[in-house]
Amino acid sequence: MQPFTSLTGLVAPLDRVNVDTDQIIPKQFLKTIKRTGLREGLFYDWRKQKDGSQDPAFFLNQPRFQGAPILLTRDNFGCGSSREHAPWALLDQGFRCIIAPSFADIFYNNCFQNGMLPVALKADDVLAMMNDVLTKPGYQLTVDLESQTVTTPDGTRSYFEIDPFRKDCLYRGLDAIGLTLQYETTIAAYETRRKAEAPWLFTDLR
Amino acid sequence: MAAQTLFDKIWETHLVRAEPDGTTLLYIDRQLVHEVTSPQAFEGLKLSGRRPRRPDATLAVPDHNVPTTDRTLGITDLLSAKQIQTLEENCRNFGITLFGMNDIRQGVVHVIGPEQGFTLPGTTIVCGDSHTSTHGAFGALAFGIGTSEVEHVLATQCLVQKRPKTMEIRVDGVLPSLCSAKDVILAIIGKIGTAGGTGYVIEYTGSAIRALSMEGRMTLCNMSIEAGARAGMVAPDEKTIAYIKGRPLAPKGELFEQAVRAWQQLTTDANASYDATVALKAEDIAPQVSWGTSPGMVIGVDGKVPDPRTMTDENTRKATEQALAYMGLTANMPITEITIDKVFIGSCTNARIEDLRLAASLAKGKHVAKTVHAMVVPGSGLVKQQAEQEGLDRLFKEAGFEWREAGCSMCLAMNADVLQPGERCASTSNRNFEGRQGAGGRTHLVSPAMAVAAAVEGHFVDIRNWA
Repeated sequence: MQPFTSLTGLVAPLDRVNVDTDQIIPKQFLKTIKRTGLREGLFYDWRKQKDGSQDPAFFLNQPRFQGAPILLTRDNFGCGSSREHAPWALLDQGFRCIIAPSFADIFYNNCFQNGMLPVALKADDVLAMMNDVLTKPGYQLTVDLESQTVTTPDGTRSYFEIDPFRKDCLYRGLDAIGLTLQYETTIAAYETRRKAEAPWLFTDLR
Repeated sequence: MAAQTLFDKIWETHLVRAEPDGTTLLYIDRQLVHEVTSPQAFEGLKLSGRRPRRPDATLAVPDHNVPTTDRTLGITDLLSAKQIQTLEENCRNFGITLFGMNDIRQGVVHVIGPEQGFTLPGTTIVCGDSHTSTHGAFGALAFGIGTSEVEHVLATQCLVQKRPKTMEIRVDGVLPSLCSAKDVILAIIGKIGTAGGTGYVIEYTGSAIRALSMEGRMTLCNMSIEAGARAGMVAPDEKTIAYIKGRPLAPKGELFEQAVRAWQQLTTDANASYDATVALKAEDIAPQVSWGTSPGMVIGVDGKVPDPRTMTDENTRKATEQALAYMGLTANMPITEITIDKVFIGSCTNARIEDLRLAASLAKGKHVAKTVHAMVVPGSGLVKQQAEQEGLDRLFKEAGFEWREAGCSMCLAMNADVLQPGERCASTSNRNFEGRQGAGGRTHLVSPAMAVAAAVEGHFVDIRNWA
């Protein structure tokens, strides 16, 4: 997994609450058996107009937000389906950091599995940034994982919380499965103990 | 020992190791696998040369992509076919049990787990699917995960977790006639919002919850995710034990007796406390209809479409305006005046035998309105078989409903069952997001009883005064 340390870049605004993973990537793009190439499906229905052409008003179709690595959005981002295709599609588009006042649990978790940083900031800070993004072309933010801060162009810093274990894994780009497998003997000992307590959980279901 | 909640008890018995900062390695007893969220997990195993730790505790089934029409014809959608074929190959290569598309035991993953006795009290159960919360109905800790975590559980039988908070949702009293578990959970989401449960595991308690059947409790726990919760659960009781007994994968004989003794301990201690508590009175719960594009946008059938002009919170007002524009509804319109084009009875929320029995009994002797197309999709091959043995299929067909093969179908429209742009559907499924049932389609979430009444009348009606 690619480590995440610090990121400075353009910010793309999605000014909506409760953006669900069905909107981030609709069902027809879930038929893939790969993790890559999902950018084509990102916000597919919102990108288009009724006649099927690209909607020039949608933020992803505006030249000024092209190449942005930071997505700024509103409360409860990523709710609904557990599909990891949602962070895969965002990553494929180039987003490595998503800033919102709050996230849905499964989506938040899925981001860390892919070297992406979801940042939960105070709603007022997000609102102020949203106004700036929309009014100031070329607006950039700096997201620093080590100090857990987001810095605006005028130097205002906002602090964000992150679980220390997740922070460490992301910062160093660690393989989560490899980490767990270091405890193989602990897992085996648990299984032996548990099998004595609850043998019905260890009957072969095949 | 300190007083514990049901959640605490399950959490404690599944700790493999815990760091001082609370990072926990949690043991996962069972994993369910379907075709959409697993191919990349199996690919990851292959690339890293890893094998599943407990293929004996893993069960796979295709459900999202399967056609609900005659399956002997195969799948015409090549991508869907490829995904199902990939699941078959992965299960063969990794020694995992698969209920294939033409197996009578095939069905929606959250219907077949309980049906087979795979779902047991006190267990930890995961699946790459957010509606895994369904299995909490048995007093299990069951939650949805992403594909990377599917791979993690396959390789290690564990997940790295932080302890979630606990919320009690207490529903006391007696539900009005023909109001169901679906109305209870929709009313709860309407009350606490789609992020109200974020960070929590919900335990549903109270006399109205105890009175629900196992299938009702599954409907309830199923939509916990729509309230933002990681999981929902109901403590096991005599109904739970009676439901499990004799199921194909349930423990047998002395092992069953031993399990039952353990399951009887799975209750929240009298003086245990939750991090949050919410209470509802069952008598206040009217049949619910969602009017917007988020499950929290829901109201009693005797209500009206909300008016964004009366809303003070800007986020709520804007979201309401967007929802009404998408749904093609006007503020203050009575819910009963909303006319529909389609009816879908199915999904992991409401496609079990009791749902179909109730729906068929209400459809009996009536007919679907000329302007409506209605379909019934059983939750599994075995539910379908049972329904046919009871003659429910005949009642549905005589009333003008289509009777289909089992699968997820129009809940998420990954197969051929799709709404056309602008079509309006009364659906017993769980999500009314934009485009969920087809691009431009408009979904109203309701109970099976409400769906039947809407199919017959062509618009929503108050089921309490109908039939």
